[in-house]
Amino acid sequence: MTLDLTSRRDGVRSGASNGAVGLSALAGASPAMLLVSLTAAALVAAPLVSLFALALKGDAEIWPHLAAHVLPNALAQTAGLVVGTALVAGVLGSMAAWIVTSFAFYGRAVLLWLLPLPLAIPTYIAAYIYVDIFEVDGPLQAPLRALFSWHTPQDYWFPQVRSLGGAIFVFGVVLYPYVYLAVRAMLQTQPAALSEAARALGATPTRLLRQITLPLARPALAVGIALVSLESLNDIGASEYLGVQTLTLSVFTTWLNRSSLPGASQIALVMLVAVTALIALERYGRRRQAYVRNGSDSVAERIPLTGWRAGLAAFACLVPAALGFLLPAGFLMRETLTRGLLIGFEPELFDHALTTVTLAAAATVLVLLLAGSATLLLRQRPHPLLRAGLAVSALGYAVPGTVLALGLLAPLVLVDRGLGAVMHWITGALAGLIIIGSGAALVIAYAARFMAIGGGFLQAGLARVPGELDDAARLFGAPPLALTRSIHLPLIRPALWGAALLVFVDCLKELPATLMLRPLNVETLSTYVYQFATRGSFEDGALAALLIVAAGLVPVVCIVRQADLAVGARRSR
Amino acid sequence: MPPHPFRTTLLAAAAVAVAASSVTSSATSPAYAQPANAGEVNLYSYRENRLIRPLLDAFTKDTGIKVNVISASSGLEQRIKTEGANSPADVLLTVDIGRLQDAVNTGISQPIVSPALDKAVPPQFRDANHHWYGISMRARVFYVSKERVKDAALTYDELADPKWKGKICVRSGQHIYNNALIAAYIAHYGEAKAEEWLKGVKANLAQKPSGGDREQARDVAAGKCDIGIGNTYYWALMNDKDPSKKAWAEATRVVLPTFKDNGATHINVSGVVLIKTAPNKANAMKLIEWLAGDTAQHMYADVNYEYPVREGIAVNPTIKGYGALKPDPTPMSKIADNKKAAANLVDKVGFDN
Repeated sequence: MTLDLTSRRDGVRSGASNGAVGLSALAGASPAMLLVSLTAAALVAAPLVSLFALALKGDAEIWPHLAAHVLPNALAQTAGLVVGTALVAGVLGSMAAWIVTSFAFYGRAVLLWLLPLPLAIPTYIAAYIYVDIFEVDGPLQAPLRALFSWHTPQDYWFPQVRSLGGAIFVFGVVLYPYVYLAVRAMLQTQPAALSEAARALGATPTRLLRQITLPLARPALAVGIALVSLESLNDIGASEYLGVQTLTLSVFTTWLNRSSLPGASQIALVMLVAVTALIALERYGRRRQAYVRNGSDSVAERIPLTGWRAGLAAFACLVPAALGFLLPAGFLMRETLTRGLLIGFEPELFDHALTTVTLAAAATVLVLLLAGSATLLLRQRPHPLLRAGLAVSALGYAVPGTVLALGLLAPLVLVDRGLGAVMHWITGALAGLIIIGSGAALVIAYAARFMAIGGGFLQAGLARVPGELDDAARLFGAPPLALTRSIHLPLIRPALWGAALLVFVDCLKELPATLMLRPLNVETLSTYVYQFATRGSFEDGALAALLIVAAGLVPVVCIVRQADLAVGARRSR
Repeated sequence: MPPHPFRTTLLAAAAVAVAASSVTSSATSPAYAQPANAGEVNLYSYRENRLIRPLLDAFTKDTGIKVNVISASSGLEQRIKTEGANSPADVLLTVDIGRLQDAVNTGISQPIVSPALDKAVPPQFRDANHHWYGISMRARVFYVSKERVKDAALTYDELADPKWKGKICVRSGQHIYNNALIAAYIAHYGEAKAEEWLKGVKANLAQKPSGGDREQARDVAAGKCDIGIGNTYYWALMNDKDPSKKAWAEATRVVLPTFKDNGATHINVSGVVLIKTAPNKANAMKLIEWLAGDTAQHMYADVNYEYPVREGIAVNPTIKGYGALKPDPTPMSKIADNKKAAANLVDKVGFDN
């Protein structure tokens, strides 16, 4: 049955055939949607082109040095970090997603909204916290030392958090929600017919998982793991702190210590090409597979668990939630209280929170609008131009945030000059820098950075909608927009919600691009926290870090309710 | 399901965009809409807003000039350069001599012409061509175990001495603080000797470089190593300002190490650059001169735990407790020139691996 399903020729494409390259294939597409779709690509292409221009400015002589002294170690460490993190996050995330979607058990309701929350903890903050917890004078080692009367760290072995292994652990427990949300959105639309048939034939839940659930979830798993990998690849703060020599660090070393911006751009672009090739390879690997949900609209009922099975299910979900969220958040809460941050509450924190939430909301809407249009239009008109555009729009996530922001500078200033000239012509006044001078630059940077999340989630979601539906709608003469509105959008709702949540929370905690592109006097919660961290006392930013969590909590709760209702409305738990 | 999701989304987008611009523009529009506003100065800063806020507030109180700030950790030179003639930037405030030199090399600076500044800032801490002026400084020192290290004086050179095998802790060799220290070592002894030295230091490390400066004190306190390398103010902040880290300070003491060849301690500066296109140049000059003035120099010492560049300004008592500082007279520009070589050496000896 599994084979039958996954080896079928791609059933998604209908209407215009893949081979139609001429622009005529785009005829009839809503011009607004077409424009919006291509804007998504332009938004990401612009900084990459300007980065390419920077890279061409010379300094190619850094390469022999890099090849001899940097790349061997950096490649090994980077590969270790990315693969390790992908494994930890992949296992934790998909297991939790499978459990909460397939089973009903005591505590599930709470876990549903706890599980996405590690998203709201910036990775570098989690790194600081885990170092504090695991260090010699921390709450874990101190009692052990007392118990076994060890005197010096040389007397015993204890895992080092400031190491590659420690970094994999920290990244894994805070990044698993990318996998969790992607896989869960996929499983929620899993056809009941399949699993019910399998169960009727006597398949155990684990066999069901291995032979039906996992193969079906592959596109979502791939999207989630790609996001986790890119996030860990492009991190700088946590890696440096934990002593992992990644390629991204060498981008910064080349730029700042070797004073070679061209050299740094070259490394970043080479990394981008490598990453793109890897992602393309994965896509190629499942090119002949379709993941459509066929026929029945009903979704499998959750199997009620009791006794030790219920306990095990709850435990398997509680572990990632506790490590990724409860523990770090508890640490931040303790620091907030013991440092009297509530009593000394700074009123401007409210302003920073408002700025942060507004910027994040604007960017989330922009991403969903652009990525949504591009994805839905591609479904109607599978034109290579659109496909390429959507692929390009995902590249913003594949370069470090600071590098993307650097690349955005030139295009933004160019647009600002144009706007300024127009304003001058109309009003006669000097306008200055409109986009960079306002929060607009940040909204654009966030959108360029996180478009991949929107596009990835929506494409994975749409892949589940069978082409027969499109054909039926067309048969009845439904115009393209009506098809989008009444068939595609409702069916990809879980993916849409998941993407919205991820993008919003990612924007809340975005740091590198915010630092470089923010206007004068603008502070977000994450830049506010960061200024304490650079001074060596991140704990003093604990309250602001908790405000990021609080701001992220609102959409988490809404979305969990929405998404859970979407599939479970008809039955009791 | 809403009747017109696409249209609703568009409307929502418009609403949020309007809200976003109103939230941020209230804070920013004056500086951008009127580039030459009389009562303001725009500061691009590599120092955290929170750290410099007390200083800037005092400046505003003194002069009535409002200071608008952008602070970042990298890329401000590129931003100013790209913003070009329209850039609102008046002054760039940065730490590290390499960064100051980079800013000048990017071509965004103009000479600062001020006899008052020349009088206040000793020649060693300013650019011969007047493109940057140092404002405050810090030294790169050793946090040593009170219990296990009894030496009163130590040198940077002896970090490579096998007697310290497995006893030294330090953050990444590519961090700008260490980059400048290694560059200074090259400036003293040349690249070949520096490479040998760095290999020796690497061989003496107790663990792979990681963490920040604060963690090195923690590791010494915990007994992982005997000598941690860090900046002067981190230890003082742990000792005076953070009760939860007081134990790390109490288990360690600060030694001001010296270079063997001249008996002086490696220092780095924070400094200012006047931007070529500064729309508020007069106010920018006032701010720069004010930063080298009495009030600011005292604040740098007392609030920020740094060494003032002006002679005759008292340092903070905790910092004073480290002993008398003899700043390395090696020209700062020579340290900046060796920055790239230092970065390459760190890679070559695999210091961070």
